[in-house]
Amino acid sequence: MESIAVSQLSVRRRDVLAVDSVSFVARAGEVTVLLGPNGAGKTTTVETLEGYLRPEQGSVRVLGLDPLHQRSELTPMLGVMLQEGGIYPPMAPARAISLFASYYADPLSVDELLGIVGLNEVAGVPAKRLSGGQRRRLALALALVGRPRVVFLDEPTAGVDPEGRLAIRAVIERLRDQGVCILLTTHELEEAERLADHLVLLRAGAVVADGTPAELLAGADEIRFVAAVGLPTEELAARLSAVVREERPGEYRVARKPDPAALAGVTGWLAERGVALDELRGGRRRLEEVFLELLVDEAQPRAEVPGRRERRRR
Amino acid sequence: MSAGALFAQSREEIRMTLEQGERLLLTFIIPILGLILFSQTSIVSTGTSSRVEFFAPSALALAVMSTAMVNLAVATGFERSWGVLKRLGTTPLSPVALLAAKAVAVIVVEVVQTVVLLGIAFGLGWRPHAGAGAAVAAALLATMAFAGLGFLMAGTLRAEATLAVANGLYVVFLGISGIMFPLSRLGGFADLARLLPPTALADALHPALGTGQGVPAEAWIVLAAWAVVAPALAAWRFRFATE
Repeated sequence: MESIAVSQLSVRRRDVLAVDSVSFVARAGEVTVLLGPNGAGKTTTVETLEGYLRPEQGSVRVLGLDPLHQRSELTPMLGVMLQEGGIYPPMAPARAISLFASYYADPLSVDELLGIVGLNEVAGVPAKRLSGGQRRRLALALALVGRPRVVFLDEPTAGVDPEGRLAIRAVIERLRDQGVCILLTTHELEEAERLADHLVLLRAGAVVADGTPAELLAGADEIRFVAAVGLPTEELAARLSAVVREERPGEYRVARKPDPAALAGVTGWLAERGVALDELRGGRRRLEEVFLELLVDEAQPRAEVPGRRERRRR
Repeated sequence: MSAGALFAQSREEIRMTLEQGERLLLTFIIPILGLILFSQTSIVSTGTSSRVEFFAPSALALAVMSTAMVNLAVATGFERSWGVLKRLGTTPLSPVALLAAKAVAVIVVEVVQTVVLLGIAFGLGWRPHAGAGAAVAAALLATMAFAGLGFLMAGTLRAEATLAVANGLYVVFLGISGIMFPLSRLGGFADLARLLPPTALADALHPALGTGQGVPAEAWIVLAAWAVVAPALAAWRFRFATE
């Protein structure tokens, strides 16, 4: 069942149409990642779902409720991590968590939550003296204390050190496994690639792609390899009956389905020439390529990916 | 939202006031030092039979102004700039409950201030006249008026501007309110100053506690008007998030 439904949503912010006719859904037990460059409309979308902003057109529903007008029914089931702030700097984690716990009917225990986010050792230190990563983990803890069914995480690991990132990702995966619907924004490909069960790519306030990572990453009829610079590509092209181009010095792309015969053809040709192969990839593309293709290529404003049909479990 | 949330929120609001040095300076140290210093020296002549008779009600008025206006404005202004008010908007704690918790915190801190200041004033030989009822009513109206002004600043200005304006207003109000010296010294200015909430509060507390005379009707009218208008303005203009 859909925990979050965004339908033809347009939102104006300071006279600019920050989100323009965006539609997508997010389901329970999945991490849905809103991925896009800064200014793509990620935060505007999330803050409309949280009830902070008013849709100009279209509608948003969270657990079937209207976040703007059914706030009191919805908030007990929500967990929110704002893009920045949202914590009292003079207050230590243990105190802040127990304060937020008082807002909810059946909160997690303070000690348990401190353990989950790894803040036991600084439980009594005022938030203003914590590191940036520790403050983000506190903000995460405050989002989780009420056992939410839907969690909004706006750039949860931005500016967080690698150790903190791992801790935050582990918490997110745990939530997903508990059946929570998680909507996360990021402009970092690596983050999206690691966490997403479902990817929604935004550019300039519009959805440019929507699907599982497998759907977005698969489907390229091409073989890519990295080898010595300046190989005679026309020779390989003739042998494979496919277009071969050296896209960047030493990086080659063969426009052919990556079946075993084609791959053998490439490696065989390189072997005959005594050229070392640094990298070989067929079919599955790296998210970065998809991202660049979808987001940067202005000539191709929309790349439609068929709606997601299957759930990808990890 | 449960009673537990209101209790926990009120407790934290109180703790954040009482645990931070700069807030204690404003809410306790300055009124206490002012009471002791001015009633034990002749820096200011008061025209009353004993100086403590003038400065004990003055210290109480100052305590109300510092807690209900300056401390509330600065605390709320920073909570807004930290994104805390915004964050609370997506918890089950309703804005009404948050307001109630802040009201409870202001009243509790004012009661503690009153107990401390009364104790010191008694030690200095003060014996109040029996005007407690009128004094409490005036303090409550003034609290609403000051809180309205505090929320108006906190909900419309940047935190740093709120800090500056609230403290600036505190100093101005101190000078023209009849708290530090009798209002008669202001000459023709006094009538204008009587339209301000701190002046009306001092005008009510001095006779109610000090001289035993009745509180002038004008002070009640001014206090009541501010107690309605300032919170209404704040409710109208207040924005929970800075953008």
